[in-house]
Amino acid sequence: MDHANLLRPADEAELAVLVAEAAGSGRSLELIGKATKRGLGRPVASEAMVDLSCLTGVIDYSPEELVLTARPGTPLSEIEATVGAASQMLAFEPPDFGPLYGGVAGAGTLGGTLACNLSGPRRLKAGAARDHFLGFRAVNGRGEAFKAGGKVVKNVTGYDLCKVIAGSYGTLVALTEVTIKVLPAPEATMTLCLMGLAPDAAMTVLGMALASPHEISAAAYTPAEITTDLTPLGASACAAIRIEGVAPSVKARALALRDLLGKQGEVSSIEGEVARRFWIALRDVAPFACHNEPLWRLSVPPAVGAKAQARLIEAMPGARLYHDWGGGLIWLIAPSAKDAAATAVRGALAGLGGHATLVRAPLEARAHGPVFEPQEPALDALSRRLKASFDPRAIFNRGRMYEGV
Amino acid sequence: MIVTLGRPSDGGHALKMPEPDSRIIAERRGLVAALRSVAGTEAVIDDATSLRVFECDGLSAYRQLPLAVVLPRSTAEVSAVLKLCAERGVKIVPRGAGTGLSGGALPLADGVTVGVSRLNRILEIDYANRCVVTQPGVANLALSHAVSAAGFYYAPDPSSQVACSIGGNVAENSGGVHSLKYGLTSNNLLGVEMVLIGGDVVRVGSKAFEAPGYDFLGLITGSEGLLGVITEVTVRIVPKPETARALLIGFPSNEAGGLCVARIIGGGIIPAGLEMMDRPAIHAAEAFCHAGYPMDVEALLICELDGPPVEVDHLVGMVKEIAEGCGANSLHISTSEAERLRFWLGRKSAFAATARIAPDYYVMDGTIPRRRLPEVLRRIGDLSRSFNLPVANVFHAGDGNLHPLIMYDANKPGELARTEALGTEILKLCVEVGGVLTGEHGVGVEKRDLMPTMFDETDLNQQQRVKCAFDPEGLLNPGKVFPTLRRCAELGHMHVHHGQTPFPDLPRF
Repeated sequence: MDHANLLRPADEAELAVLVAEAAGSGRSLELIGKATKRGLGRPVASEAMVDLSCLTGVIDYSPEELVLTARPGTPLSEIEATVGAASQMLAFEPPDFGPLYGGVAGAGTLGGTLACNLSGPRRLKAGAARDHFLGFRAVNGRGEAFKAGGKVVKNVTGYDLCKVIAGSYGTLVALTEVTIKVLPAPEATMTLCLMGLAPDAAMTVLGMALASPHEISAAAYTPAEITTDLTPLGASACAAIRIEGVAPSVKARALALRDLLGKQGEVSSIEGEVARRFWIALRDVAPFACHNEPLWRLSVPPAVGAKAQARLIEAMPGARLYHDWGGGLIWLIAPSAKDAAATAVRGALAGLGGHATLVRAPLEARAHGPVFEPQEPALDALSRRLKASFDPRAIFNRGRMYEGV
Repeated sequence: MIVTLGRPSDGGHALKMPEPDSRIIAERRGLVAALRSVAGTEAVIDDATSLRVFECDGLSAYRQLPLAVVLPRSTAEVSAVLKLCAERGVKIVPRGAGTGLSGGALPLADGVTVGVSRLNRILEIDYANRCVVTQPGVANLALSHAVSAAGFYYAPDPSSQVACSIGGNVAENSGGVHSLKYGLTSNNLLGVEMVLIGGDVVRVGSKAFEAPGYDFLGLITGSEGLLGVITEVTVRIVPKPETARALLIGFPSNEAGGLCVARIIGGGIIPAGLEMMDRPAIHAAEAFCHAGYPMDVEALLICELDGPPVEVDHLVGMVKEIAEGCGANSLHISTSEAERLRFWLGRKSAFAATARIAPDYYVMDGTIPRRRLPEVLRRIGDLSRSFNLPVANVFHAGDGNLHPLIMYDANKPGELARTEALGTEILKLCVEVGGVLTGEHGVGVEKRDLMPTMFDETDLNQQQRVKCAFDPEGLLNPGKVFPTLRRCAELGHMHVHHGQTPFPDLPRF
């Protein structure tokens, strides 16, 4: 990356020394891996940049223990190839946001994925990145190397610090080693598509599937233009339901779901490479990669997905969106506005019990408007105290999440 | 000052707790009156006989009468109580149903125990969002019962689920026999409402999958009552599986049993439950409940598969083949619900069965990398002989969570102390092989002094700084989890000063 002061520690010990020095002088540091998601969050003004991408390599992986330990600079693509060779996967289906921010695919690191707590379509069944983050080593803002969690799948010894590190966007610690849970990859998969449903009917269908015992592993709703780009199913809205598992089970559940949902609309299906690419595209927000307008990520209670959509379109007639997580996640391209449409987006969500994150926007908009949903005063104060407990001089990624945090 | 708890005649080790503040104890009458003014007269318990009920939790070797007990009926009352106590510098011990096994709810002589037993209503069942909003005093199993008719359940199922509270489950991040497939409490929570020590009420999470900002929900889960008092919980509910079947598989050695577990999981199967018992546990269980367990095996595996019938049948076939390839010398497959439950009967009554053959027993709870199981069982056997105390092992084999049951007689002088010493050696062994001190029971007071075997001072200081972010005066459940109490001011001191870095001459920026 381009920075006047670029530091590239080779190991944890070197990192600890340079952080201790920065802490001593109060110099701010921007932490990066491959910098593929540097556009996510508020811009960080730092006196030096710390490139952690030299901390690479899988340290331990034994498939039958369901645990993998690696250095955080290891490319996610390398981790996925390693576990894939043992017919396993990262069940939270981590997205690759490289192209979303104008970079290349396959460059992002495991550490960056965990730091941003990024999860894909399977999140609704398997949980988020944070649910698979078992332990770590890191350097805190005092320059102290420490560890938390463990290297086994079941552990309640001490505070579960993995949870706050996941989704902390590098504002608390610099990771030096991470241990994650891995799971068997499904032998077979099938995606059923209910075509041509209006948003409220589509959400009802997704809800019916998710309330059934058929173990839905992904549930999305794409408008006609996205369906036609990603599938051979034509220009029609698609409520897509994915099932995974052993082949006889997938076959039986597909039949059962056709029975259950057949009355709600025409049922098509996609399989193989087409289905795989469809879910990867939704995971990576590929339909909105090549746009200039602000990109928002909305997390809402699944049952209000259709209502949220109606309000968003009413407030911003030119907006484009699609749903994942059974209606609980909305990706939205908002027409450009002075505040990156923050007022319109957050206004539309008011009272629905959700929140919005400005995932991609010009630097100016991210610098001056709240990228992450503003918090109530007691939580905001707690967030600042938590930040200080790891990083008392606020040297790591200062301001990435909130002003000063 | 060392406060010796428990009955001294038991010979249990002296547990050092924070020195009781005599000023607080002297002002007890005034405190009780003030608590009554904010929570109501009958919500405050202060007579010695009634307080006796609260003197311990599930770790009953340690007992202490609390200064007073408050049983609030609303979040506002919890908030008022915490505000009052914070103003007066009075310590708080949160308590769910009191079923915890690590002493997390052990009272303090100068502390107020805040119990959530009267916050016992389910507030909302929301099938459209597949969640339940509940007060913390509701029992774990009651949640599943409430949604059962609609085909749902709440997945985490600690063995105490009839009695344990969902608030306590959050505090301990409780697991259960199905946690390998369905996760721990933390993987099944959507949100909580919590009261901080000064009385502030915060909500983290909601019915949406994700919340903005730092993941306080994840941090609070498993924090053992040291960060706040939970007053409301939103949990995910999931559709009940269509069917379940179990295999009961005997092996001529622990090695063969361990190999079978590794091959099942390595082969891509995540069973709903995967439990292993060693020879002493099998024999104790069989003598107790006559489940029909084979008596000529060294290790017994119960493998339960759930899901659509066609999937379960398919996986049963795969597991059978794997087991035979690992040298199983006994194999039964359930063909009815009654038979499946019979397979579980012995495992589920293993603790009670142990209680029948020994006057007292002590349950340990470590996690190990599964590949080290045969070695760990062998070394536990060696320790058992050298301490002259029998040990039976039950094992959540899928996730490596080992529960050795040490059998002893508290009436024999010194035997409790020897039992605790053996337990300590077993947990040190778990850490030595790459595991952890506790898989699901929590640290509490029980494993508090063993924390340095797993974490160094820097690790523990960082954890305590997080505690300080929530509770700068250290009033919430002090004496639990951390072996050494540190003042937050001391922890906050920066030991690095400008110009005094380890290599001041190296150019860095």
